[in-house]
Amino acid sequence: MKEKNNTQAPETDLGADLCGIKLKNPTVLASGVLGISKDLLARVVEAGAGALTIKSVTTSRREGHDNPTVIACEAGMLNAVGYSNPGAKAAAEEFSNVELLQVPVFASVVGRVPEEFAAAAQHIMKCRFRAIEIPLSCPHTPGYGTLAGHGSPEATERITRAVCDVTDRPVFVKLSPNVPAIGELALAALEGGASGITAVNSMGPGMLIDIEARRPVLSFGFGGVSGPALRAVALRCVYDIYKATRDAGHEAPIIGTGGISCGEDAMQMIMAGASAVGVGTAVYQRGVEVFGLISRELREICLRLDIKKLKDMTGAVHG
Amino acid sequence: MDESIQNPGACAAPAGKLNFQPSLPVMVKLAEKRCETQNTVSLLFEHPSEDKASFRPLQNAPGQFVMVWLPELNEKPFVISYISDTGFGITVTVRGNFSRRLSELQIGQKVGFRGPFGRGFSGMEDYAPEKIAILGGGCGMASLALLAQKIPEANIIQGAPSSSELLYAERFPRQIIFTEDGSFGFSGRPTQWLEGKLSGGVEMLYTCGPEIMMKKVVSLCNANGIRCQAALERYMKCGIGVCGQCECDGRLVCRDGPVFSDSELQQMPSFGNTRRNAAGQRIKL
Repeated sequence: MKEKNNTQAPETDLGADLCGIKLKNPTVLASGVLGISKDLLARVVEAGAGALTIKSVTTSRREGHDNPTVIACEAGMLNAVGYSNPGAKAAAEEFSNVELLQVPVFASVVGRVPEEFAAAAQHIMKCRFRAIEIPLSCPHTPGYGTLAGHGSPEATERITRAVCDVTDRPVFVKLSPNVPAIGELALAALEGGASGITAVNSMGPGMLIDIEARRPVLSFGFGGVSGPALRAVALRCVYDIYKATRDAGHEAPIIGTGGISCGEDAMQMIMAGASAVGVGTAVYQRGVEVFGLISRELREICLRLDIKKLKDMTGAVHG
Repeated sequence: MDESIQNPGACAAPAGKLNFQPSLPVMVKLAEKRCETQNTVSLLFEHPSEDKASFRPLQNAPGQFVMVWLPELNEKPFVISYISDTGFGITVTVRGNFSRRLSELQIGQKVGFRGPFGRGFSGMEDYAPEKIAILGGGCGMASLALLAQKIPEANIIQGAPSSSELLYAERFPRQIIFTEDGSFGFSGRPTQWLEGKLSGGVEMLYTCGPEIMMKKVVSLCNANGIRCQAALERYMKCGIGVCGQCECDGRLVCRDGPVFSDSELQQMPSFGNTRRNAAGQRIKL
């Protein structure tokens, strides 16, 4: 038995490529989870993440919503954090020397209007982030995201262009799953100058009610739904985006995000069209170690299915 | 991570298991109020009638915390300071709007709880009770109460500004008490006990209180070969290791802590120096 397994199989290549940015494995820390300090990012690197996204910053500081801001039911997580952040200037201080981390780090900025996105981007991109993500899709913060109409094709293109105008590094646009034709939205982002798409943000918003208190549990009343409940929707969104962008002749990479908690989930997302996979809510289920665990499980799957290069599986379901 | 501290945290599914554990408040009725000092009250509750995965007070280990929810107001971390077969309690010192509203609750009103979360105190089994010290300052005594209840023969030391602010004076009658104004017990700060008792045979110390005090306690312990653990407090949002708000030098107070060992604290330059506010800004303690 022992002899049989001892054949020197070539190491599976889990490497991913996002607009020329090389990742040693496809796992990316999703924005909003843990990404508030360089120390915490370093810990996620240690845990095996291929790339990291910081928590979104705005031009001025925000305290966000009151608690409860994050809750979980058996189907997944609901959050309405409300973009608490110290502001772009303080964040730029926190993330100075971000290039010292061993893996690529992406910034994330939000604003109420295109000018705010651009101003926050200008501040934060003084740090050596490798790319910047702009979520146009937050479902639980008045003035921002879907509550401010940022999820329309027109707004998507306009905001994307405003950010692309102030940085020469790749811009990823993070889309909401709550649209009938997400492929069109991705095309609008690319039209505005985006280099890639992050799909998807949390869906909904959703709501949970405490029947004894007769009140919603989240202090904001409702919040974005993530985790297992989102996974099948996110997968279909990435499938749609891949198809729409490839049909239109684009090769923009997709960071597939939504409910991924194990290697199998990640492989499905990659086959749907993702070049890398965002991981957020699964940190609750499996701890920070989830990044290394997903890589290990992906490696096992590759071995089992005789896949030499994980990269070759991007969009495999479309073939 | 120091391997001497085991994580009894109830918040996370063990690695490899992918079940998604609910984390929702469970409403519990206030059964009794106990006045502790002029601005501190203990709220006692009966155990929840149903066994719900989101709140299991009987699984609470000393040093862990629970999230306490007042609907339409907020949710904040507290420690369970009383536990019995029939119920549990928290001790609330009025500091702001939330704690004031909590302290004003009437018997029969309901409060939401989820938890326990995080990693509590550990290692006490490895020491004879008289080799253990439990040192608290101010409302930090609440974090140590269940530990003191578990090891009544340990050296229990409490510091307070004055006699009127002492906690659990009758509950733990063997306490060594320090008051800053000298109105009860020894005059001065509880760290003096440690300074004077350096050869007293204590081998393990557990502390909770103002962080400046804990910083001094830990440094005195380090200098004198006494192992120690301290319970930290940071601004918390999710309580379940996701949002990162309670970050302290790369460690999550909600999940990796709130109790940290001496060797971990040595690698945490923020300990005794800075914390983060609701916006995540780093500010001086």
